[in-house]
Amino acid sequence: MSIVATAESVRTKQTRAVVVADETLAAIEARDGDIHAFLHLDAESIRAQARGIDSQIDAGQHPGRLAGVPVAIKDNLCQRGVPTTCASKILEGWKPPYDATVITRLREAGAVLVGKTNLDEFAMGSSTENSAFGATKNPVDPSRVPGGSSGGSAAAVGADMVPVSLGSDTGGSIRQPAAFCGVVGLKPTYGTVSRYGLIAFASSLDQVGPFARSVDDAGVLFEVIAGHDPMDSTSLAISAPDVMTDIDGGVAGLRIGIIPELMDGSSDEVRARVVAAQDALREAGATLVSLPAPELLLGLAAYYLIAPAEASSNLARYDGVRYGNRVDGADVSAMMIATRTAGFGDEVKRRIMLGTYALSAGYYDAYYGQAQKVRTLIIETFHRIYQSCDLIVGATTPTTAFEFGSKTADPMSMYYSDIFTIPSNLAGHPAISVPFGTGEAGLPIGVQLLGPALSEPTLFRAAKFLETEVGR
Amino acid sequence: MSTLPDGWFMVVGLEVHTELRTETKLFCGCANAFGDQPNTNICPVCLGLPGALPVLNQRAVEYAIRIGLALHCVIQDSSFHRKNYFYPDMPKDFQISQYDIPINGPGYLDLPGGVRIGIERAHLEEDTGKTTHLGGTGRIHGSDESLVDYNRSGVPLVEIVSCPDIRSAAQARAYAAELRSILIASGASDGRMEEGSMRVDANVSVRRGEDQPFGTRCEIKNLNSLRSVQRAVEYEALRQIALLEDGGTVRQETRHWDEDAGKTHTLRTKEEAYDYRYFPEPDLVPVTPTQAFIDTVRTGLAPMPAERRAALVSLLGEPNDAQIDQLLAVVEQGLDHFVITAVNAGVNAPLALTRTANELAASDRSLDNLDAEAIAATLLLEQAGDLSATQSKAVLAEVIAHGGGDPKAIAKSKGFEHMADGALDLVIDEVIAAHPDEWERFCGGDEKLQGFFTGKIMAATKGQADGKAVSAGLRARKN
Repeated sequence: MSIVATAESVRTKQTRAVVVADETLAAIEARDGDIHAFLHLDAESIRAQARGIDSQIDAGQHPGRLAGVPVAIKDNLCQRGVPTTCASKILEGWKPPYDATVITRLREAGAVLVGKTNLDEFAMGSSTENSAFGATKNPVDPSRVPGGSSGGSAAAVGADMVPVSLGSDTGGSIRQPAAFCGVVGLKPTYGTVSRYGLIAFASSLDQVGPFARSVDDAGVLFEVIAGHDPMDSTSLAISAPDVMTDIDGGVAGLRIGIIPELMDGSSDEVRARVVAAQDALREAGATLVSLPAPELLLGLAAYYLIAPAEASSNLARYDGVRYGNRVDGADVSAMMIATRTAGFGDEVKRRIMLGTYALSAGYYDAYYGQAQKVRTLIIETFHRIYQSCDLIVGATTPTTAFEFGSKTADPMSMYYSDIFTIPSNLAGHPAISVPFGTGEAGLPIGVQLLGPALSEPTLFRAAKFLETEVGR
Repeated sequence: MSTLPDGWFMVVGLEVHTELRTETKLFCGCANAFGDQPNTNICPVCLGLPGALPVLNQRAVEYAIRIGLALHCVIQDSSFHRKNYFYPDMPKDFQISQYDIPINGPGYLDLPGGVRIGIERAHLEEDTGKTTHLGGTGRIHGSDESLVDYNRSGVPLVEIVSCPDIRSAAQARAYAAELRSILIASGASDGRMEEGSMRVDANVSVRRGEDQPFGTRCEIKNLNSLRSVQRAVEYEALRQIALLEDGGTVRQETRHWDEDAGKTHTLRTKEEAYDYRYFPEPDLVPVTPTQAFIDTVRTGLAPMPAERRAALVSLLGEPNDAQIDQLLAVVEQGLDHFVITAVNAGVNAPLALTRTANELAASDRSLDNLDAEAIAATLLLEQAGDLSATQSKAVLAEVIAHGGGDPKAIAKSKGFEHMADGALDLVIDEVIAAHPDEWERFCGGDEKLQGFFTGKIMAATKGQADGKAVSAGLRARKN
């Protein structure tokens, strides 16, 4: 059942929000012992929210577009009074005194906030193995990772525990786990969804987006959370986007670009599914054009300077002075060092050190400055590409979900799993990953659609089309 | 002016931080208020809670532009950077500040004496919280406990950086004083150094000739009054000269001014200096005020001290040195409108100036709401001879104490009444008759007794007599 249908049933009392909530809790009870998608779950709070929705309906009120729809929340989004950890020991036990704007919008739409999902610590990683509270397992194959960093949100939807969830995407953290778990995942245009209350990893790249079982559900959830927010200076001053009106419009007449470099190093099975998607698009009346753009591959190197640089500054505040864990020391400086040494995991420390180095006097121009030039180059490259096409189709990830431990010893190989997703973040553009069949071992494969800024309506149309062609 | 040893010259540049008088903080809606209960004006943004984001206060931008315009700066499109360093009173462990492109580019400030001091920049940034260290010396090292109040965290500041154009300690003081007057006149800041809303750091170096390259500089912090600016700069220049004359070298460092000891001491050396790792603040967008907005701010700007001093000079004609000192003080303290109101009401300019510079400036009461018309009315009574100088001062004190009032009624309630011409003569004759020995000595040339007789006559008239008339009456009888 789509979330629109669920909300309609709840609103018309064909079912009750408390019933939906109990079903959700039962599904989580059945699956999450194995999957470990959730870091925090409060059954009583879920039921209380659902009762609130039902009583609004009983009082003749309209609770909103997502009336009674359960939504799981990545644990780097602040929810008032609910533990928010970023899967880090340094924030263990911290309860935000405020709601992120996306949480407020979900509440206003009548959604039931189910719980907080697992992630790589501070969203740094591609497998959820960097969580301080244990990895999440891929619901399709528990010996494999769900991807990351939003692995918990992807797995919760993939395992049918919730219909939709929120994640965040800094370099592919929604699209890569969506591809690995066989669900839809959107990284919106930078500035369309408020970052207020999203705990920052890399501010100029972070964007909140939806996971869903279907393209329609992803579209509805995106519309609910998107729109201008005066609390976020980088929020675009535009009216809320409309992706649902034309979602069934098909792809006839669209010019779709194929960037050979965005397939570079892909496994044969991934490549085969992307080719199948291209064929389907062509047969439906889209024009496919090959547009080589080797510059886009420079994005990975630029990203691993810009994102750690911003992170080194964003994560400075976890110093033990005001909130979170504190490890005492002889003086303030010793306390801060002890707190950060004990509180952060290895990957977070690695990136703080990388970023600190990249911003240091004497190195700034060679590293951070150079990376910003590459970022500009990538924006210009996309600009050139979009002179010749409306969208780009390619792979979301080079491979299907990998096994636990297979990349943890080699950070660089882990970083490479983001190579196709990173360029969109650097450009601030939207991109969506749609499940498009499976590989030889039955593991999900995602096809990625990329578009220029604010092209979400077109992206959703093409994604909806591919969803209907998934059987090819 | 300088007290440096022969052949030595100092070079000084000042960095002045001033808090802006906005209702709310720079990046959130919390009240910008001094003196409230600790940690009451705080929110997720100014506490730097995870996930919170800054939104720029447009009023702060307007105030920064006012300061820029008042200092003849280039107003330009600008952006914010993060200045990264760890300190417990800085909630995000970085300060949002402006770096390579400040809102106000080069400008200048003309000292009252005519010397022009270049302004390098005047940029916007956020203030930190305030730490109180308990135990030890009251500084962070060796303290038992530190308490942090984040009410000040995120309060808007403008940092005004002068060029190294200042050449003496007195000039440094004059610059700080003039800048303070300009800030107050702009309405952007209250300039209260004692509350820390205006804070001065001085970069001081010395050299052996005015054509020599600049020496190694030291930055002096903790200058909390105009007096300490002058003392600390003088001390520091002399310290550096003594060091160099002994064959030593000046080490580039940050030094702390100890007001009680009258000395500076090392806070941190260049080697211990932070690497701030500045980079563009990704949570904010560039500041791009339109020319129309800048023009509106310019049109709304009140007259600056230089213009106001010129207005007083034109009222006085050709002021003498004492009057120049008085008008400098009157403008610096923002009291010139009392002079102007009085002159417009018909009071002669020297009287209006001298009473404002003395009676009003010396008052320890707030003059913010003082009725200038009541002051003018009092001075008119004095000018007409209805009140003696002494009586006028007493009435002024009463008017100041109540923020206004009817000077005639006040005079009457104090029993001040204009003495009939014959009445004073009668009193003088009586006093002389009562002290024949003293009178004889006075007539014999003992001038000291003038004060004795004046005092007796004043006492007998309860201060109602006009000092000049008493003096004239005594002289007339003596001859």
